[in-house]
Amino acid sequence: MTTQTSPVQAPPLPSRWERLRDSYLLYSFKRDPIAQVSLLVFIVFVACAVLAPWLAPMNPYDLAQIDILASELPPFWIDGSDPAYVMGTDAQGRDLLSTILYGARVSLIIGFGAVALQALLGVVFGLLAGYLGGRIDAFLMRLADIQLSFSTLMVAIVVGALVKAIFGGATFSTYAVPLLVLIIGLAEWPQYARTVRASVLAEKGKEYVDAARTMGLPSRRIMFRHILPNTLSPIFVISTVQVANAIISEAALSFLGLGMPETHPSLGSLIKSGFDYIQSGSWWITLIPGAVLVVLVLVINLLGDWLRDVLNPRLYKG
Amino acid sequence: MTDTLSSPRPEASNSPADSGQPLLEIRGLEKRFSLSGDFLEQLKFKGGKLVREQEHVHAINGVDLEIQRGEALCVVGESGCGKSTVARTVMGLLHPSAGEIRYAGERIDDLTTQALMPYRRRMQMIFQNPYASLNPRMTIQQTLEEPIRLHHPDWSRQRVRDQVDEVMESVGIAADWGKRYGHEFSGGQRQRIAIARALAVDPEFIVADEPISALDVSIQAQVLNLLMDARRDRNLTYLFITHDLAVVEHFGTRVAVMYLGRVCEVAPTATLFATPRHPYTQALMSAIPRLEDERPQHIRLEGEVPTPVHLPSGCVFHARCPHANARCREEVPRLIARDDGSQVACHGVEEGRID
Repeated sequence: MTTQTSPVQAPPLPSRWERLRDSYLLYSFKRDPIAQVSLLVFIVFVACAVLAPWLAPMNPYDLAQIDILASELPPFWIDGSDPAYVMGTDAQGRDLLSTILYGARVSLIIGFGAVALQALLGVVFGLLAGYLGGRIDAFLMRLADIQLSFSTLMVAIVVGALVKAIFGGATFSTYAVPLLVLIIGLAEWPQYARTVRASVLAEKGKEYVDAARTMGLPSRRIMFRHILPNTLSPIFVISTVQVANAIISEAALSFLGLGMPETHPSLGSLIKSGFDYIQSGSWWITLIPGAVLVVLVLVINLLGDWLRDVLNPRLYKG
Repeated sequence: MTDTLSSPRPEASNSPADSGQPLLEIRGLEKRFSLSGDFLEQLKFKGGKLVREQEHVHAINGVDLEIQRGEALCVVGESGCGKSTVARTVMGLLHPSAGEIRYAGERIDDLTTQALMPYRRRMQMIFQNPYASLNPRMTIQQTLEEPIRLHHPDWSRQRVRDQVDEVMESVGIAADWGKRYGHEFSGGQRQRIAIARALAVDPEFIVADEPISALDVSIQAQVLNLLMDARRDRNLTYLFITHDLAVVEHFGTRVAVMYLGRVCEVAPTATLFATPRHPYTQALMSAIPRLEDERPQHIRLEGEVPTPVHLPSGCVFHARCPHANARCREEVPRLIARDDGSQVACHGVEEGRID
């Protein structure tokens, strides 16, 4: 009896349930061509962005490789193009394909970075507000309301102006990526906080939380080990949508000149730099990065839609 | 006997068990829930003046109970009479509005979370709905290990696993269930797992809040027997909330009958079923359908249970009681002990008006 007659239990962590859930995800994924195409395009984007230094014909950040005489060359299907520049060149003579690859990289880094920051802030505040309730809840949610009443643009202008005033424009350019992550992350955490809080309120009333409380578990552990894992589905869904939103926010800020500098362009600042030449016939400098941005955001949103349909408990028939 | 088997048994607990002292003592317990929202919502204009108005649901108002070691006290009453609130308040899930709760002589209702920890191990709770009481994202093994690790942080992994294996075996679930998740099981199996979780830290007192009412009838007896076996084998004391009188007769050693947040009668099970004293208990008992019942002798109560927002004066039952008189409408009856071991809160019984 007391000696080990029963076999020692296998480590239970990566288990049946996850495989089951994966298989349902996989099942609906197999039946949804839009999701398949979206994921494929998205993976291509991410791969291109990650591998940009190896894929791109030239390094747009390296001034030595830029030939100003080769500026405003059209893409390959238009007369007067140079076969060395497949997508043509921009006003500074940078190869547009290379610049787009590097730009998509910057956009994706900012998109994911900002969403990671939003998620961190939003999940922590949402959990605290929902679980602890009372004054903490009221305070955090009013804070969220205030935050939401500032648009991302305003936060960006204020932070950008402050940084530029205190440290100078050069510093801003150097730290543009982390600053944009900070700005977009700070501006949109209430989306997460509200979603998480709503899920926490629903979960808090369930008996497994009472069971954890009667056990004497500390609140922190109940919040993060018991409630948080049960609120992951909505977090997952809004994360995809928020990545798309963050990329658009970044593009908008860069277009307005509040984001990435032109020497280090993201898709948004690339669109902006080409915008001045659209009247003079060099439409490709704006339109090609614009199309890339649209496709990137579209596939992320389509993936988010599909994920929401799959993970929505009201639609889930399991 | 090796260490794993012998050590955590409650019988082996070395606290001097004072037979005279109840394990759990509830005195004058009250719990009100505010209906009026926050401060701003309580402000109202009345006759040109700004006044603050608060309304409360009086879920329990003045409950006195004692639970002796080793007994199974069943609390019965209709929906909304406050039985679950008593259970949740005892377990510290709710803070009482007034009154006190003593466990083995020590007051526990005003302790800090930290100071409450030793009692958390000794008192465990089993919930009504086994579909909600297991965390859907945790395996059974994790669910059962968690309380043990919490209360015995110094135990080795092996010792924790041995304890889990032992408790799983004792509630009749196979060790290889451990890797699975709660949703893979039926209601009865889940309730066994929930019971195993409660037993995992070797408690001495278990609060069971309608543990079988969410289960299929064919499973109810199994789970009830499991609880009775656990009581015998582990020397447990139960506070058992139910509204099923058949369960009470089968399971309880004593019964407390509640009505509108008050205890109207406490008696040993046999005494209560043989000779109910309180008019409400009598009505309740007469409502049990019986096979040998040929003469319909139901006591039909007039009216509805009054709202717990505006409590009636005097005895809470007076509006529906066929024996009520002027005293019942004014004076709140107290529980008065009788010779047969029962306690009844009724002026009529006290005065001998009701047999």
